[in-house]
Amino acid sequence: MTFIALSYTDIALAALLIAVNAGLSLVLRLGLENRMLIAAARMVVQLVLVGLVLKALFAIASPWLTGAVALFMVLVAGREVSARQTRRFTGWWTYGLGTASMMVAGILVTVLALTTQIRPDPWYDPRYLLPLLGMMLGNTMNGVSLGMDRMVTAAARERVAIEARLALGHTFGEAMGGVVREAVRGGLMHIINAMSAAGLVFLPGMMTGQILAGVEPVEAVKYQLLVMFLIAGGTGLGVLAAVFAGARRLTDHRERLRLDRLVANADA
Amino acid sequence: MVDSLGCGWRYAIAAPRLERAVPPTHPQPSVEPYPVLSIRRLRRPGLEPVDLDVAAGECVAVHGPSGAGKTLLLRAIADLDPCDGAVELEGRSRESMAAHAWRRRVVYLPPESGWWADGVKAHFADPEAARRLLPRLHLPADALAWPVSRLSTGERQRMALARVLVGTPAVLLLDEPTSGLDRDSMDGVEAVLRERLAAGVAVVLVSHDRDQIGRLAGRVLAMAGGRLDTAGEAAT
Repeated sequence: MTFIALSYTDIALAALLIAVNAGLSLVLRLGLENRMLIAAARMVVQLVLVGLVLKALFAIASPWLTGAVALFMVLVAGREVSARQTRRFTGWWTYGLGTASMMVAGILVTVLALTTQIRPDPWYDPRYLLPLLGMMLGNTMNGVSLGMDRMVTAAARERVAIEARLALGHTFGEAMGGVVREAVRGGLMHIINAMSAAGLVFLPGMMTGQILAGVEPVEAVKYQLLVMFLIAGGTGLGVLAAVFAGARRLTDHRERLRLDRLVANADA
Repeated sequence: MVDSLGCGWRYAIAAPRLERAVPPTHPQPSVEPYPVLSIRRLRRPGLEPVDLDVAAGECVAVHGPSGAGKTLLLRAIADLDPCDGAVELEGRSRESMAAHAWRRRVVYLPPESGWWADGVKAHFADPEAARRLLPRLHLPADALAWPVSRLSTGERQRMALARVLVGTPAVLLLDEPTSGLDRDSMDGVEAVLRERLAAGVAVVLVSHDRDQIGRLAGRVLAMAGGRLDTAGEAAT
């Protein structure tokens, strides 16, 4: 494997592009320069820290430490899902449902891949586990947050139609069927589009990374296919779990539509 | 109030639970007047405890200012909102039935009709029964083939009523069923409702229209500030 190591000067040169963008924002009065510079600075700090943390984790290779980091990643992803909702469930339900469905989907699929396909030794080797879980969570997070947001928004928007069905004696499942299907579709659309456009419209990031690192393109493609299948599977599971559990939370033992369990999200 | 149409009758007081006496001067309905719907201490925020019996074939009207809690009352009877209290249909408690089974018999017709498909027909479990009913509600028989968007507000209102009537409701909870309808359409709706009453369906009618209450209801109850006055009957 051959790859070209970068010097810090190389990176500083690339960072000049951000400065150019910030300058343009000033000239065009877009008002984005501060946010852009802060975002860039955050990125530098976060990624450098992650690089150092990963270096240490790979050296230690402790199952407990790896598990703790994986848990931390899931919890942060859950927070992200919760922050992106236009309407939240009261209490901890949005955070809880989002986190739980990603945890189940992400961990299930990651462990499956590590124990049956990639099979590093030991299977929890952080060098494989953490990047895989990261890719899983990043994509599942998008699907879950979109799916939940669609479900809750559509339920509130379609209140009159849903309650018309309930009042006619339809079950809650029948009354919410359209909303749930729309939400699951919304949550899965991104990954379906990504699969159908992969290779034509864009080269997936992981594959590009491996190619830059000197891996044979066909080998890199094989890895990418594996990861895409895992992501699609995990996203599907996560979205289904989150949307169905969320729909369940919108009703009670008397099959009522409980929009009183939602509040507008002030952060969104 | 003159019961000129012979479709309802009055109890001297709010009907006690086991009241079976029917004033002999009024025409007998075809069904025994036991309470089809029996409500004891039904309450929720915004609604003070309600006791009410509605007999088979009886139409009880509820009137009062906007915000008096009339809609809350009907929704609570249909179990569409969290509420406490005992509600029975023909002696069977609400809790002993699945919620959707309860609502199939005790049907709430909201003032604003809801539609979940593009076509009108998709909203009917039995389009054939609906086709027979539509002309009576002054709706074109071919309206079933229309998209919902083609229906006017008044047509939607009557179509929603048709949707309710093609089921097998034992109790109808009607929330302003004819507001905004022209005279002919209203007559059509009332004629169909009188038929159902004669067939033993119990009706709780919320209406702002005093004349309509006079034409349909056997009992009139006033509601204000979330309190249903079942002690004395309101003057219409």
